[in-house]
Amino acid sequence: MSTAAFKFGPGDFEPVATERRTQTLSRPSVSYWQDAWRRLKENRRALISLWIVIALAFFTLAGPLLWRVDPAAQDLDQVSLPPGLPRVALIVEPYVPWAGITATPVPGTPETLAAATPDGLRLVEPATTQAVRLAWDPVPGASGYQLYRNIFDPEPDGAVGLPVAEILDPAQVSFEDRLDLEPTRYWYSVFARDEFGAEAGDYATVTVDLTRVVSAAEAETLGWIDAAGAVALGDEIVLPYYPLGTDYLGRDMLSRLMYGARVSLFIGVVAPLLFVVVGIVYGSAAGFIGGRVDQLLMRFADFVVALPFLLFMILFKIAFGIGPGESGIFPMLVALVLLAWPATARLVRGQVLQIREEGYIGASQLLGAKTTYLVLRHMIPNTMGVILVTLTFAVPTVIFTEAFLSFIGMGVAPPTPSWGSMSNEGLRTMLTHPHELIFPAIFISVTVLAFNLLGDGLRDALDVRMRGRE
Amino acid sequence: MFRYTVKRLIQGVITVWFIATATFIAMHSVPGDPLSGERLANEEIRANLEARYGLDRPLFAQYLIYMGNMARGDFGISFTQQNRRVNDIIREHFPVSATLGILAVVFAALGGILWGALTALFRNRLPDVVIMFLVILGISVPSFVVAALSQLGLTSLNALLGVSILPVAGWGTLLHMIVPSMVLGLGTMAFLTRLMRSSMLEIVNADFVRTAKSKGLPPTRIFLKHQLRNAILPVITVLGPAIAAITTGGFVVELVFAIPGLGRYFVQAVQQLDYTVIMGTTVFYGAFLVFMVILVDLLYGLIDPRVRLE
Repeated sequence: MSTAAFKFGPGDFEPVATERRTQTLSRPSVSYWQDAWRRLKENRRALISLWIVIALAFFTLAGPLLWRVDPAAQDLDQVSLPPGLPRVALIVEPYVPWAGITATPVPGTPETLAAATPDGLRLVEPATTQAVRLAWDPVPGASGYQLYRNIFDPEPDGAVGLPVAEILDPAQVSFEDRLDLEPTRYWYSVFARDEFGAEAGDYATVTVDLTRVVSAAEAETLGWIDAAGAVALGDEIVLPYYPLGTDYLGRDMLSRLMYGARVSLFIGVVAPLLFVVVGIVYGSAAGFIGGRVDQLLMRFADFVVALPFLLFMILFKIAFGIGPGESGIFPMLVALVLLAWPATARLVRGQVLQIREEGYIGASQLLGAKTTYLVLRHMIPNTMGVILVTLTFAVPTVIFTEAFLSFIGMGVAPPTPSWGSMSNEGLRTMLTHPHELIFPAIFISVTVLAFNLLGDGLRDALDVRMRGRE
Repeated sequence: MFRYTVKRLIQGVITVWFIATATFIAMHSVPGDPLSGERLANEEIRANLEARYGLDRPLFAQYLIYMGNMARGDFGISFTQQNRRVNDIIREHFPVSATLGILAVVFAALGGILWGALTALFRNRLPDVVIMFLVILGISVPSFVVAALSQLGLTSLNALLGVSILPVAGWGTLLHMIVPSMVLGLGTMAFLTRLMRSSMLEIVNADFVRTAKSKGLPPTRIFLKHQLRNAILPVITVLGPAIAAITTGGFVVELVFAIPGLGRYFVQAVQQLDYTVIMGTTVFYGAFLVFMVILVDLLYGLIDPRVRLE
């Protein structure tokens, strides 16, 4: 190939059209926080937990505005009420005393008495919470009668329940029960008594279902209706409604749970915020200043870590003291902050020491950045992820601590409700009224669970190195 | 190793001194005092009692006396139970708490290591899912609820079978200890399970495990000799703090199960503002925990040679 074949003409020197757009970003750039949010959204457990936390915040803040029942108001007519539908009461005539039924005693021998049962045990009138009126046929040879009441079927064990009456007159064959009647089912059992007063023979049992009734005047006194004249006999009125039941003093559980959430969540969120801030200041100071000061500061933090946490929580709480009428939330906050800051301080110090050596800090310094700029622009945003994770994990720990202290009676002072103190009160009636323990316990557990799972999700989303670890 | 041990011990002594000082300051800023009962309205009696307990001295003199006695291991006499020395109270009730705590730690450590290893081996399969769900539950339910529910479960179990297999409360025989120590160790066990799982997951596919497999070692031997021994190290590091958490967390379990331990005694003393008992118990507990942590750290140095070099 010879070079003579090439002839350059003017056409060969036309400028090529310039390619202006050499590089395009096909997607919008994603910041650290956007990326973290995207990763968090992919984590279903964390997202559900986030919704639970939001729901809890709504329950706490907006709940008392929607459900306006005083958490301290006691309804002594509805004590330890299990959760359920609204209760109604029938308006009846005021109570009229009852003379009872008498019958001529039938003579008999001890042998006939030993084999006899009080026959014809019956309700004289429909049973209401006003009175239960029973009557029976006289037993031959009986010198009196003995009555028992139970809330369970006496069969098959013969557990007849509480003695409610001892009738010494054999002519008296009726009984009116007015003692603390509840609108449930009772089993009344009657024994005949022999001449020595001992129970003789077999017993007869009648099952009685009670209707809740109230006279118009009583209903007005109790505040269930506005005016006694507004209702007629036979009307049904709705009692104050407690969807989650009441506690041992007849206080509304739902409203107490809401106000208790205020205490538990307030301490659970504010205390970590405070001690994390203290920890950030302390830790970044130690990390930044370095040298002897750093050594001294961190040694002090080591001492505070070594204090037995719960013992000192109790000590500090009593050292601050609770005056009359105070709830004791503030001393608990102070004690928590005093004891819990070193963990964050250590973490932040470690982060600061690590970031200080990073290349971009050096570059920024070369460009003339001041310390304040370095801290605000680089240090804090880069430690924020770790701090946020610590914060989320601190919330359940603090909620547990509050519940624990209130449980052993060293937490918030009554009547302020908190989930811990409610559990403590509920524990006493655990066997008969389990809802008083179960509801606050569920709230504590769900809150702690939600914050733990959210913390896991945040750690996976924010801290690239820790991803996938449990 | 010797220098390290001595250094840690000196640090421990200084820490105990700090705990004692903090306790002293906290106790002396408590409003009210144990002598302000109704029977002590008489000023003369009050003055005599203050002199007996040294409360009439200046605060700094009290501090010096207190530290001096503490250094000799004398915690003084109880305020509310006259003629009973705090040392005797601790000697009598601490063994109970310690027994409960040791059982709980053993239960938590064994359970945590076992469950954690299992979940890692069955990663993302049924045993893993079930155990991790239980672990999350164990972390989220407060210990007093677990204690109460286990008591409830025990009563119904005993009622169902008609005989009392396990006592519901109290202290004395080994049978009494089983349920409380399990309840006490549950939270720590859940925590250790998570830790063990993650440390095991890192090791399951490590190079030395692959080598062991290719050498043709049986799986049980690989599991015991190579995986478990290496994965266990992080669990041992947190055992120190775990012991601390368990011994102080014992309060609730001791209260619920009516166990005559030191924790229950401490709560009682706090309610009665029994200065000497509170200070003695706190310092004793603090010292115990500090030296437990040091002991665990030293043991760790024996197990893992890499730590000794630092």
